[in-house]
Amino acid sequence: MTEQKERELYFWLRLIREFEDRVSTLDRQGKIQGGVYSGKGQEAVVVGVCHALRSDDWIFPLHRDLGAFLVKGADPNRLMAQIFGRRDGFSKGKDSFLHGGDFSNCIFGATSMLGSTLPVAAGTAYKFKIKQEDRVAIAFFGEGASSRGDVHEAMNFAGIYKLPVVFLCENNFYAYSTPNELQFAVEDVASRAVGYGFKGDVCSGNDLNEVMKAARKAIERARTGDGPTFLECKTYRYHGHSEHDRATYRSEEELITWESRDPIERWEVYLEKRKYDIAAIKEEVGEKVKKIVDDAVAFAEASPVPEGPEAMEDLYATPITEG
Amino acid sequence: MPVTYIQAINQAMQEEMARDENVMLLGEDVGILGGAFKASEGLLERFGSERVLDTPISEALIVGAGVGLAIQGMRPILEMQFIDFIACGFDQIVNMAATLRYRHGGQTSCPIVIRGPCGAGVHGGVYHSQNPEAWFFHVPGLKVVAPATAHDAKGLLKAAIRDDDPVIYLEHKFLYRRIKEDLPEGDHVVPIGKAALRKEGRDLTVITYGSPVHAVMKAARDMASEVDIEVIDLRTLLPYDWKTIRESVTKTGKVLIIHEARLTGGIGGEIAARIAGDLFEYLDGPVMRLASKDTHNAFAGPMEEYIIPNQEKVTEAIRKLAAY
Ligand SMILES: Cc1ncc(C[n+]2csc(CCOP(=O)(O)OP(=O)(O)O)c2C)c(N)n1
Ligand SMILES: [Mg+2]
Repeated sequence: MTEQKERELYFWLRLIREFEDRVSTLDRQGKIQGGVYSGKGQEAVVVGVCHALRSDDWIFPLHRDLGAFLVKGADPNRLMAQIFGRRDGFSKGKDSFLHGGDFSNCIFGATSMLGSTLPVAAGTAYKFKIKQEDRVAIAFFGEGASSRGDVHEAMNFAGIYKLPVVFLCENNFYAYSTPNELQFAVEDVASRAVGYGFKGDVCSGNDLNEVMKAARKAIERARTGDGPTFLECKTYRYHGHSEHDRATYRSEEELITWESRDPIERWEVYLEKRKYDIAAIKEEVGEKVKKIVDDAVAFAEASPVPEGPEAMEDLYATPITEG
Repeated sequence: MPVTYIQAINQAMQEEMARDENVMLLGEDVGILGGAFKASEGLLERFGSERVLDTPISEALIVGAGVGLAIQGMRPILEMQFIDFIACGFDQIVNMAATLRYRHGGQTSCPIVIRGPCGAGVHGGVYHSQNPEAWFFHVPGLKVVAPATAHDAKGLLKAAIRDDDPVIYLEHKFLYRRIKEDLPEGDHVVPIGKAALRKEGRDLTVITYGSPVHAVMKAARDMASEVDIEVIDLRTLLPYDWKTIRESVTKTGKVLIIHEARLTGGIGGEIAARIAGDLFEYLDGPVMRLASKDTHNAFAGPMEEYIIPNQEKVTEAIRKLAAY
């Protein structure tokens, strides 16, 4: 890996954390009205995967994958406006958080209904296949979402047609308050892949190098016609399910253990081993990401609040009028 | 001691589970967490994890397994974390539960309750604000209830649990902690299928249910010097209480139907058509409706206000009808 790339990866990790921390703070200050689902602690997953993609590959992020938007190229200003529910957001204020995608960067907006994006990713991948486009689709989902029927249907279909899709499971050990042992009877959700006729792989989602290695393999497989991969990244969310959740269902020790595996600190250790001047990098990147996020908040706050009648727009390709 | 709407739901579940060991609760995060809104707080501790089951994120399973339990004599309460997710269990509701008795020629009952938070007004956006009653209103074999008070929240839930048919119980999240009242002592059940006459009046009838009941009652008070309004809170939407509607409309001759669910294809349309068809000779004005606009539940504040039938629109609609 080149030094430039290693630094770039560090920049993305830090930008995501700065961005999400700011969103959490704004939420506490009452400046954000919708739900906020922090992915703090899981940054290496979205960075490792999205950094390995081409700009015309598609991603289907879920509620905790704000970072995927950024790495895939979404404008931080518009993303912040989206979270504020303003007119410059991807939904133009019609919905908040990650429900509005950014089609110009091949980012799909999810519904709230967990798992329902996976069939859409499969359909996208089917098109790539029959039109012989060497593009791939990445469907992100939590281990909790993996219990939905839509997930099964998507994987089964993708297996039949060896579709260029990666099913990217972020296993953070909880679905809201529900621990994994109440969600499935297996250790690795990816072990289900066999049943669909494709490859399953498991990696540490807190180790950027590991994520990149596994993601590159899966993406390559998809791009070269070898079919889907179920890639499971084990990770942990530091915050509660949403900012309102005090997460009393898990222990303080567990959180501390996972914090000691922080993906950003790990990457800093790696950079240090490479003999870079980590103190200088930290400072330089810290300033840069802070400025980006400051600007994004300023942009979002200045973006107009949509007016009432705009609620009737964007329902149909040709607006329906009564004669 | 005054009880909130959500506490009333909790009480109903606790009392019914204590009364009948076959009553149980299935849903996401209903046990350890006590529910996303705390509706089932304390139930796991009191009744144990076999009867208070934290399920995987599997709405089709929740409803389907509920049917499986029901045919074996259990009476499961099935929680949707937000009622919007009921769409993920749609097939099991409309094709499995609703037809169960019918296609078995009456051999079996399907005593399930599907409950969850519905409704707008809390910046929930497209997927946390829905009012899905009309989807189910169209399906014979189902019952649909929508309480507007803590009193009815408790009484209707108890009735729903004891009912031998599948009941969809819509709890309006806007009301969860905003309303509070003293509840009657003892076993308090509100019968399914009976509306509540919230206020008697001579000039016009407003038929409503759920959250708008409170806006209508406020309008009735505020406009008392202008117009004498009769207010019907339907409480049960399917089967709705035609007798109460008929008696009121034949008396006042004017009727306005208000719901927070969308206008087109909404329950108001059905009731309006029935009134127009059956009570035409009693009417002194058009049968009017006020409902949410025909769009999705937009997130941003001004759009949400534009969509939903808020206080201002309620007052305006009443005034318009009164003018006939
Ligand atoms: C179909 C559906 N049911 C329920 C919910 C409510 N809900 C939102 S997030 C969540 C937990 C998700 O867990 P997981 O998939 O593991 O993702 P994580 O939040 O852990 O990243 C639940 C139950 C939902 N969004 N969609
Ligand atoms: Mg999870």
